Amino acid sequence: MTNTQTPPARAARPEAAPAPTRKRPPARDRGSRLLATLFLAPTIVGIVVFTVVPIVGSVVLSLFHWNVIDSPGYAGLSNYGEVFGDSTVLVSFRNTLVFMVFAVALQLLIALALALTINGRMPVWLRSVFRSAFFFPLVLSAASISVVMKYLFNQDFGVVNWLLGFVGIAPVPWLTSENAAMATVVLVYVWQQFGFSFLLFIGGLNNIPKEIHEAAALDGATGLRKHLTVTLPLLSPTLLVASVVGIINALQVFEQPYVLTNGGPGDSTRTVVMVIYETAFEQLRFGEASAVGVLLFALIMAVTALQFRLSRRFVHYQ
Amino acid sequence: MSQATLSSGRVRYRLAPWARIAGLAVCALLTLGPVVWTVSTSLRTPAEAFDLPPQLVPSNPSTEAYRGVFDQIDVWLLALNSTLVTGLIAVGQMITAGLAGYAFARLEFRFKKPLFGLVLATMMVPLQVTIVPVFLVLKSMSLTDTLLGLIIPAFPTAFGTFLMRQYFLGMPKDLGEAAMLDGAGPWRTFRSVYAPLAAPGLAIVGVLAFNYHWNEFFRPLILETSGQNYTLPLGLVSLQGNLGTGSISVVLAGVVLSMLPAVAVFVVGQRPLREGITSAGVNR
Repeated sequence: MTNTQTPPARAARPEAAPAPTRKRPPARDRGSRLLATLFLAPTIVGIVVFTVVPIVGSVVLSLFHWNVIDSPGYAGLSNYGEVFGDSTVLVSFRNTLVFMVFAVALQLLIALALALTINGRMPVWLRSVFRSAFFFPLVLSAASISVVMKYLFNQDFGVVNWLLGFVGIAPVPWLTSENAAMATVVLVYVWQQFGFSFLLFIGGLNNIPKEIHEAAALDGATGLRKHLTVTLPLLSPTLLVASVVGIINALQVFEQPYVLTNGGPGDSTRTVVMVIYETAFEQLRFGEASAVGVLLFALIMAVTALQFRLSRRFVHYQ
Repeated sequence: MSQATLSSGRVRYRLAPWARIAGLAVCALLTLGPVVWTVSTSLRTPAEAFDLPPQLVPSNPSTEAYRGVFDQIDVWLLALNSTLVTGLIAVGQMITAGLAGYAFARLEFRFKKPLFGLVLATMMVPLQVTIVPVFLVLKSMSLTDTLLGLIIPAFPTAFGTFLMRQYFLGMPKDLGEAAMLDGAGPWRTFRSVYAPLAAPGLAIVGVLAFNYHWNEFFRPLILETSGQNYTLPLGLVSLQGNLGTGSISVVLAGVVLSMLPAVAVFVVGQRPLREGITSAGVNR
C-alpha cells in the first residue's frame, strides 16, 4: 500500500516546489488551525491547570502561613527563614544530596559496566536473558520492593546477613544504625533503578557505528583502552542524559526511605520529599511545605544547569 | 581489512568470554534473587517463613499466605481500583499524547514553538514540588479522596507528547501530501493516513503509563484517605503495618499479587517499554 502511494507523491513534489508563494486554500488552513486547537486543548489545559498554575501556586503559597482550616495570613519570607532554621530540613537536604551522589554514581557505573560487558560476543538468547534480568526490577513498584527489602536486610533473620555469615561477617544493622541506613537505602534504590541507565547505554552503544571500532582495532586499540578513548567519548551524549535523568529522579527519592526506615534512625534517611510530605500532609503547614518545595525545585534547576554547563566540555556529538 | 590484526585482537579476548558471562550471570542472580525469594517465601506456611537457610523450593508449599491476604485486605477492591485508575490513565494518555504529538509534528498554528517549549519544560518539573497546590486544586473541585482525582491530573503527559511528536515526525510527509492532493482535509488525513500508523508509538505510551501508574505510591498516599479508595501499593504497605513482623509470607503473598499485572506487562510489553526508555536517551 505504501509502495503504490509514495511514487506519485514524490513525483508531485517538483511541480509544487517552483511555486511556494501559491496560497493554500484558506478553508483548509483554517481547518488545520481548528484541528490543532482541538488536538492540543486536553494536553495544554491539563499542563496549565496541573503544572503551570501549581508552580506559581507553590511560590505564592510559600509566602503565606496556612493550615487549610484558618484563613491564610501573609508571611513574607518568614517561611524560608523558618525552613533554614529547622535542623530537620537542613539535614534532609544534606541527606538528599548525599543520597544523590552515591545513588547516581553507583547506578551509572554498574549500568555502564554491564552494558559494555553484555555488548561483547555471546549467543543472542543469552544476551536477551541478561538484558531482561537487569531491566526487570524497573517494572516493579518501589513501595512493594522496599517492603521485600525490609525483610531481606533485617538484622536478625534477614537473608543478607545470613549470607554474609558464610564469609564470616558479623550481622550488620542495615536499617537500624545511623551509619548503615542511608547506604541500605542507596543499595535498594540502585538495585531497582540501574536498569534504566543500562537501557539508555545499550541504546547509545547501538548507535555507535561499527566502522569506528573497526578502525580503532586497526590502529591497535584493544580492551580497556578502546573503551576509554573511543567508546566513552562517543557515548558521552547518552551519559549526559542518563546522569541528568538520574539526578532529577534521585533528588525526588521517597518510597524507599519511607517504607524502609521512615526517615530514621533519627533523621539519618529523611529526604527532602519526605519532609514536604510530612510538613504538608501530616502537620498541615502548607506554607512551609511549599517553601521546601520551591527550594527543592531551585536545587534541581541549579544542578541540571551546572551539569549542562560542565557537559559542554566533555560531551562530543558525532 | 587485515585478517591478522583482527584475529590477534580476538586472541587477546579469548580468555574473557567465560569470565564475562559468569560475571553477568552473578549480576543477573543478584537482580532476580530478591524476586525469587519473594515468590518462594509467599508459598511457605507463615510458620516456616523465617526459616534459614531459605528454601528455594518450599518443602511443603502452601497457599495459606494467599488466603491470609484475602482475609486481611479486600484484594478485589484494591485490584479493581488499581485497574480502573491505571487503565483510564493509560487510555487517556494515549489519546492526549497522540493528538498533541500529531499537532506538534504535522499541523500549522500560531505559537507552535513556545507551546512545545512549555510542554518540554514541564518534563523537568517534579511532581513533589507541585503536589501541595495540585492537592488544593483538586480539593476545590471536591476530587480529593476520589479515584477521579488520581486520574484526571495524569491525563496530560509531556513525555508522551514528546514521544508521539518524534514518532509522527518519523513518518514520511509524502503520505499526507498525497492524501491532501486527493482532497482529504486535515482531519481525514490524520484519521485515515497517520493515526493507523501510530499504533506502535501509542503502545509505547500506553505501556509506559500502565507501568508507572500501576506502581504509583506518592500521589495515592496523599490523595486517598479512606481505605475504599486505596490502590494496591497503598493496601500493601498498610497490610505490612497491620501485621508488624508477624507473618512475612502473608505480606509477601500480597507483594506477589500486586506484582502479577506488572510482570504480565513486562512479558507482553517488554519491547515497547524498552523502546520508550531507550528513546529517552537517543532522541533528545
